[in-house]
Order: sequence, then structure tokens, then C-alpha cells
Amino acid sequence: MEDFLWRALLGGLGVAVIAGPLGCFIVWRRMAYFGDTLAHSALLGIALGFLLNLKLTVHLELLTLSSLLMLSTLIVCLAIALLLVILESQKRFATDTLLGILAHSALSLGLVALAFLQGEGLRIDLYAYLFGDLLAITRTDLYWIYGGGGLILLSLVFIWQSLLSITIHEELAQVEGVSVAWIRLLFMLMVALVIAIAMKIVGILLITSMLIIPAAAARSLAKTPEQMAVLASIIGALAVVIGLTLSWHWDIPTGPAVVVAATLLFILTFLLPRTAR
Amino acid sequence: MMHDNTLVQVRHVDVQFQQHTVLQDVSLKMQRDEIITLIGPNGAGKSTLVRVMLGLLIPHKGSVFRQPNMRVGYMPQRLTLDPILPLTVTRFLTLGSLKKTAIIQHVLTEVGAEHLFKRPIQSLSGGEMQRVLLARALLREPDLLVLDEPIQGVDVTGQYELYELIAQIRKQRGCGILMVSHDLHLVMAATDCVVCLNQKVCCLGHPKTVVQDPAYLKLFGPRAARDLAIYTHSHEQ
Repeated sequence: MEDFLWRALLGGLGVAVIAGPLGCFIVWRRMAYFGDTLAHSALLGIALGFLLNLKLTVHLELLTLSSLLMLSTLIVCLAIALLLVILESQKRFATDTLLGILAHSALSLGLVALAFLQGEGLRIDLYAYLFGDLLAITRTDLYWIYGGGGLILLSLVFIWQSLLSITIHEELAQVEGVSVAWIRLLFMLMVALVIAIAMKIVGILLITSMLIIPAAAARSLAKTPEQMAVLASIIGALAVVIGLTLSWHWDIPTGPAVVVAATLLFILTFLLPRTAR
Repeated sequence: MMHDNTLVQVRHVDVQFQQHTVLQDVSLKMQRDEIITLIGPNGAGKSTLVRVMLGLLIPHKGSVFRQPNMRVGYMPQRLTLDPILPLTVTRFLTLGSLKKTAIIQHVLTEVGAEHLFKRPIQSLSGGEMQRVLLARALLREPDLLVLDEPIQGVDVTGQYELYELIAQIRKQRGCGILMVSHDLHLVMAATDCVVCLNQKVCCLGHPKTVVQDPAYLKLFGPRAARDLAIYTHSHEQ
């Protein structure tokens, strides 16, 4: 098997494993739209990265373009996540209205900024950012995925009980001594990080599906939250393998192929007879 | 000042939400081994007062004393769980405190819910849910037990059973019990003190005296005295 296929497989599997448990929480906490908003704003991060690259040629010995983009995306996602935390507490507009406004304006702003940069000579493949470019994953990307992913998984294990408790009943968790504000903040930051590192796999417009669909598929098979988290990772990994194979044999875009595979798995588990209910 | 027996004490507490006064000059002391029931109409500020006493809300004025290292068991008003989260009763209970299976089963038996051990939370009836919530609070081995509308969604027989259970818990564990009730029709005779709240404390005392208090009648209307059935404990203290 070719080198790049190995990298694609490893990268996809790495993201699938993190997206499993994290995606479960997104589903449990009904944050799919929130995740989508962060993903859309990632394009603004990309535009910022390219802008910095163009204007700050001096410092580029330390960072490859790829890493610079990763960092700028991460910073923008973190900033938007914090903004959303603040906006959640205001009462004038419903949260989902605000999310819709933020998501699409950030995306559009990013596209406009990129158009200006393209006017100055920048050549970029927009499709890759919107729908992923799994087959073009580099070694550096893998370091980001496994490094960032490892960090996320470790943190998640650490706060698992508390986060679960908050998700089920926030006040009860607070009375029982859980630091609700900190845990929620940490979770938001983890979501921002996973979006930044998963961008290469399925792209901005499809990241949320990698979080939600395996989790939803796992629900039909799981009896405990922990089972659901593990199963979501397995199903996500399976979707990556199937998607990569389909993409390779039929010459179709990889990101969407993975998402289609995940959806098929979801339909499969949905239709399974429920014997033990 | 002897604080040994005092679990929570609030003094001259004021709470406001967006220019709206929710609590005004409220003072209340909660001690071990006593049951206090908080009653009042909708919007009276009962849940807010409970939040202040639990340390979830800081009042704008007044002081709150809470016994350091006090263990609190809290039974919230309701718990709605999306079916997308698979959760059994046991797993739910271990989230509050990691206890051995044997202890969990013991407490479930105490609240009359031992048969619910492996059931998904979403499949519980109103009465069953209340018992499970109570079990979670008890598993904390609380010094203070706070029950927010414990009989909500429970049928009449279940209501009597729950009140019996609560009285028994006080006897066996010696904890302080604070109950919030929206329901005028059943007031436990075993309650030591009934507090009528309507932004302020309107009246306070043993249920038998409160029922005759003009402030109480003003708050709930003269019908309340007739409608009110005081549940008499078959075993007098």
C-alpha cells in the first residue's frame, strides 16, 4: 500500500477515535449546531492564516504553512467558542438564531477575505478546506492529529464523570460539588481543538457529521454511556476504512465518502431488530 | 454563637432578578434532625431560597452561613433525560457518589425501588423517578437533605408512601430535611415547621398553628383552610 494511503488511514482513524466520545457528548448536550458554527468559523481561521503567511514572511522558518493554518484555525475556533459562551447568557435572541448568524457570517467573511488574497496572487483549493483532503495528509498533520487527539482523550477521561453528571442535571451536579463553569469551558475548548485537527479529514462542512453520525449509530447498540462512546469510535473507524476504500476504487472525494459510509452504518444499526429492549 | 447544630442559616437575604424582587429580607435557620417545609404560591421565591441555601446563588444582601464540610443530598424537582443517552438507574446513582453495588441496592431497597436496579431511566414512571432521585440524595449520606417538590407527578398512594419514607429517614439518619411544596393539600404533620413564603416570610410555625394564622389565610385564601387536609402520621412522634 502506498505511503499516502497509510497516512490517510492513520489520520482518519485517529480522528474517528476522538470524534467517538466527543461526538457522544455533542449529541447528549444537543450541541450539534454549536459544533457546526465552530466548523464554519474555521474558514475565517484559514483566511487569517493565509493573511499572516502573506504579511509575515520573516517568521516562517519556524512554522510550515500547514502548521500556521492549524494554529490560526485553532485560535479563531477558540475565540468563537468563548464568544458563544458569553452570548449564551444574553437573552435578546434565541441561541440557535445567533449560532446561525455567526456560522454563516464567519464563513462568508472568510470567503471574502480569501477572495481578496487570491486577488493578490494566492492560489488555494477551497474544496479541500470545505470537504477535506484526506489523501493529502502529511506527517505533520498526523503529529497534530495524534498529539491534539491524545490531549483531548486524556482530558476527556479525566472529566468524564463530571461532564456526564452536568449533562444529565446541571444543578444537581453543582450541588454535589462539580465545578460546572470550568468543565463546560474545558469541553468547549476540546470541541474547538477537534474541529481544527479534523478539518483535513472531512472538511469544514462535514466535521459535525463525523461527530454526530457515529454517535447516533452507536446509540442503538449501547446500554451505558461508556459503551456508546467506545462503539461510536469503532463505528467511526469503520466508516473511515469503508470510505477510503470506496474513494480509492471509485475515484470519489474521500471526505464525503466517509460520511456516506457512516450514514449507511447508522441506517444499519437503526434497522437492527431490538431484541433486548 | 453555637453553630454545632445549625446546618444552614440565612439572615436578611435579598435577591433580585432584573429589577424584580424575588426574595426580600428572608431569614431562616435549618438544623439537624428537623423537617422544615417551605410553601408558597407560584413565583413566591421558594426555588430561589433553596438555591441560596444550597450555595448555588449568592444573594444581593444578607448573609448565608453553611456548615463547613456539610454533606448535602439534593432531590431536584424533575429530571428529563433525552432517550439518546442510555442510562440505567444504577449508572445514574453512581454518578452522584461511587458506591459499591451492595450499598446502592441497600439504599434502593430503603426507598422501595430495588426492582429498578437495571432499568433505563427513561422508562421510569413519575413515582419511580422520585424514588430514584431520593436514593441518589441519600447515597451522599447527607447532613442536609433538600427535597424540591418531592411528590410532584406521584399518585396519591405514592404521595403518602413518600411522606412516610421521609419521616423515617429523619428518624434513622438524623439529618435536617428541607422540603419545598407547591401542594397545599397535604402537609405532613411530622413537619416541625412550616414556612410560608411570598417574597417575604409571611408566617412560620408548627403546621397546626400556621393553618390558623391570618397571614396564611390571606396568602392562600379562606378556601385553603377548608381544602387543606393535614396528613396525620399514624405513629405519633
